[in-house]
Amino acid sequence: MIKVENLSRVYRRSRTSPLRPRAEVHALRDVSFEIEAGRRFGIVGESGSGKSTLVRLIAGLDQPTAGAVTFDGQRVDGRSERRLSFLRRDLQVVFQDPTGSLDPRMRVRDIIAEPLVAQRIPGQAERVAELLAAVGLPADAGRRFPHQFSGGQRQRISLARALAPKPRVLVADEPVSALDVSVRAQILNLLSDLVEQFALTLVFVSHDLSVVRHVCDTVAVLRSGELVEIGDVEQVYREPRHPYTRQLVQAAPTLRGALSGVTAADLISERKRP
Amino acid sequence: MRNLVIGAVLVGLIVLAALISFLWTPFDPTQVDAALRLQGPSGAHWLGTDRFGRDLVSQLMVGARTTLYVGVVAVGVAAVIGTPLGVFAAAGPRWLGEIVLRANDIMLAFPALLLAIMFGAAFGASTLTAMVAIGIATVPSFARLARGSALQVLNTEYVLAARSAGRTGLAISVRHVLPNIAGLIIVQCSVSFGIAVLAEAALSYLGLGTQPPTPSWGRMLQESQELLAVQPRLLIVPGVAIALAVLGFTLLGDGLRDRFDPRLEGHRAQG
Repeated sequence: MIKVENLSRVYRRSRTSPLRPRAEVHALRDVSFEIEAGRRFGIVGESGSGKSTLVRLIAGLDQPTAGAVTFDGQRVDGRSERRLSFLRRDLQVVFQDPTGSLDPRMRVRDIIAEPLVAQRIPGQAERVAELLAAVGLPADAGRRFPHQFSGGQRQRISLARALAPKPRVLVADEPVSALDVSVRAQILNLLSDLVEQFALTLVFVSHDLSVVRHVCDTVAVLRSGELVEIGDVEQVYREPRHPYTRQLVQAAPTLRGALSGVTAADLISERKRP
Repeated sequence: MRNLVIGAVLVGLIVLAALISFLWTPFDPTQVDAALRLQGPSGAHWLGTDRFGRDLVSQLMVGARTTLYVGVVAVGVAAVIGTPLGVFAAAGPRWLGEIVLRANDIMLAFPALLLAIMFGAAFGASTLTAMVAIGIATVPSFARLARGSALQVLNTEYVLAARSAGRTGLAISVRHVLPNIAGLIIVQCSVSFGIAVLAEAALSYLGLGTQPPTPSWGRMLQESQELLAVQPRLLIVPGVAIALAVLGFTLLGDGLRDRFDPRLEGHRAQG
């Protein structure tokens, strides 16, 4: 469904001296993989590993330096925004920052309806009401502004917006890392439920392997812009082949345990147990 | 908050004086009467009369009209041209934006008063040429502000989210950029209003702005300058009026700036 071939993205820093060439930052180096329909595909890596760059390239929000992104056989890269309508309808993104990704001057109903308005999909008012219910927000939330909601609720608004045009693929870029630990589990559960309910293909980006393990079935591990390991999430978690993955597996639970005593993943497994 | 109130009261007084002057003034502000020349403040003439025997209060009230008229047109011209230009420089193609920006910098270096004098020479001195010239000279400051704040908005995640929702260039500028920079633009309007009032006064003082017999605060100054030593009242009255108008609009702008800060807005709504 989504195919990434030899994808590279080089950012050029601004000149520090007129004599020296501009410094280059390789955010992604020669990354290739394929995401099949119906998968829950996790992308793991520490900050600076190129996760967000990868998401932007897949969502057609940035242009690669080299390589290709295809969605259902159609090239995503190298197209003007106007010719990306096929992608905009079928692939939607939930961003990391629940405050920054909602326009402070728009009412919630206009935020959720934005993909519908932009893509000229009729029946907006009914769809917004439907979506508010689906993400567990009160019906009168539409009249209010984003700053009147908590972080978790705002991420629900973000989810509702992403689901509005009935996409087939949902891309979530660190959807819970800006939230309180106590709220993370709720949002992750909601995300999982919605993905199941609407039979979505999920691309889930996180720095936390234990969270990916509970949400995804497949995982790709990124390090400094390179794909170091890819495979079934349980297998990667139990028998990591690459030393970096081993580090991630070992570090994640102990660090989280030390910092907060309980991880979001623990909270999910608690809910799933009974 | 205090700035907002003081600014609003001062601006409100000027607007009120201008509005009342349409219906009523104590005397005809243009009526010359040699018998009444240079009278001090009295029951009939609260602030006295000038050297032609015209009532000062009446002139001030009608002059407020000129002041507001000048401000509205000059700031209107500046905001209506400058804001879209700045947003375009930020959101449009990079090379075009770059050209707009450089042209803007050149304009910014050009003194407003000089432009107004040139306009006056080319199109004849009048209130209209003066305020259009002031407006055009103020365009760059609007364009610069609009570009800077538009760039900030364009870098936010909600613009990224809008793009992934399927919005393209113009819709993003209209739906997201303009509403989010509107507060700053309104503040700039208020501050520029004060500057325009001052510029009009200066031009009228030079004889390039409002022409007789239309009363204007700047002209009141000009007509009385020879009497500075003898009758300082004649200069103090319009001088104070100009100073209060500029102060009022500047304070109003400051107060509005606080008001329009979205972060503060969030606190207010919750509190």
